[in-house]
Amino acid sequence: MGKAPRITIEDLSLAFRTGTGPFVALDRVSFDIAPGSFVSVVGPSGCGKSTLLKLLSGVYSPTSGRILFDGKPVEKERLQGQVGYVFQRALLLPWRTALQNVMLTMEVARRSMTRAQREAEALKWLEIAGLKGFEHRFPHELSGGMQQRVSICRALAFRPQILLMDEPFGALDEITRETLQNELLQLWQQTETTVVFITHSIPEAVILSEQIVVMSARPGRVVERINVPFPRPRVDSVREHPDFVEMAGHIRSLLHPRAHAIAAE
Amino acid sequence: MYRLSVTLGQFLVFVVFFAIWELLVDLLHIRPVILPAPTAIAEKIWENRALLLKESWPTFAAISLGFIAAVVSGFLLAVGIAYSRIVRDLTYPFLIAAQILPKIAFAPLFLIWFGFGLTPKIVIAALIAFFPIVINTAKGLTSVDKELLQYMDSLGSSGWEKFTKISLPWALPYIFAALKISITLAIVGAVVGEFVAAGEGLGYVINSSNITLNTELMFAAIVTMSVLGILMYLAIVLLERYMLPQGQLEDSGHSTM
Repeated sequence: MGKAPRITIEDLSLAFRTGTGPFVALDRVSFDIAPGSFVSVVGPSGCGKSTLLKLLSGVYSPTSGRILFDGKPVEKERLQGQVGYVFQRALLLPWRTALQNVMLTMEVARRSMTRAQREAEALKWLEIAGLKGFEHRFPHELSGGMQQRVSICRALAFRPQILLMDEPFGALDEITRETLQNELLQLWQQTETTVVFITHSIPEAVILSEQIVVMSARPGRVVERINVPFPRPRVDSVREHPDFVEMAGHIRSLLHPRAHAIAAE
Repeated sequence: MYRLSVTLGQFLVFVVFFAIWELLVDLLHIRPVILPAPTAIAEKIWENRALLLKESWPTFAAISLGFIAAVVSGFLLAVGIAYSRIVRDLTYPFLIAAQILPKIAFAPLFLIWFGFGLTPKIVIAALIAFFPIVINTAKGLTSVDKELLQYMDSLGSSGWEKFTKISLPWALPYIFAALKISITLAIVGAVVGEFVAAGEGLGYVINSSNITLNTELMFAAIVTMSVLGILMYLAIVLLERYMLPQGQLEDSGHSTM
């Protein structure tokens, strides 16, 4: 797998045709993603965050605008097989064990690997994610947090250039969530993958990312891009740092402009 | 412990049922031509074991061939319905309408069309076993989690891979539910076929002993028929056990977590 490319999102728009006329899900969204960096996208529901990921993974084609890798535009088909995906639901195959679920992405996107190589690779990721001993369990025998770990392993195992995460920890309780945030950073540091992470949680975005893209809803637009300067590895104490609190407050004010204005009066 | 006592209790229900039957026949002096006692039926089965075994074969053949024809054609049509909008829109209303029809009523007609013998039996068995297969399989194939298919797209998966790795395993519990319904329907179909258009088979034995008022032989054939049906049903259940991994057997209702 080559090094992760610099991703440029250029004036990306997507409109859906609906019964009541076109619905603009994304409106001229532009930002850059440095190779191997961690970018979070925060915004209210309906701001087109998930749509953005579906464009980045080659599931949808944009109405206008382009996605560039290292300055070269990439078509939908070339994006396929390059991106790992993690959803809010673990979305595992109930008829496959944890190990077999992790192997799925390699079966489809890394055809040159032998079965033994796929299995070795899958076992390696499961071990890193702390799932040793659970390889042969079926999804319904695993807790929600464990299922999501399997899902992350599945996405990373085929060494994608980009890892797209759509509110991956949104359905988990707070404790599991913080554990998985730390684990994700550890897993990510073992790869050269670029991560695009969607979340509703402002502290989650701040603790995980190098760059935060704040979006508004209907139509989905970029409001602000924020660089997060905290050094890595980030420890839990960052959460109490005054700069952290201030940055979270700033993002909150961008997301709730009206509430903020009222509070300021 | 509870499991064991339940199993024992379930077995006892059968025993009590046959005991009451035996007792009532004896106490009320019911004539064998009306209702033979279970022991008399058992005796009759033993006496006629060669005949019953021989007559089981054509019935078994009709059920199996009809069932296989229904499964193959039903599956193919279901794939068409699941993947082609035209096929779906054109055939679905017809299928639903046809499913409501009492297909058994066509049996005498098939005698006219296909003559006497194996063919009309297979056709009736296949015809009534067909609909649950189509409808359930189509439902299974179309109920696949859409996000899962998009996930496969993001990996650059081919349509065939999506079918074999996702849709087909996803639909398997639906397909097996249909197979279990259809095998029992195929049995009904084959027997009805033998009532109207056959000179051999268990259905024919039931019908001809009815005419000669040989009620004991009739019951013997019914029992043989039931055993045959149960064995075929069990074969499907075993196949299901083998093909559906534990993960899907245990939560037969679908939920992707």
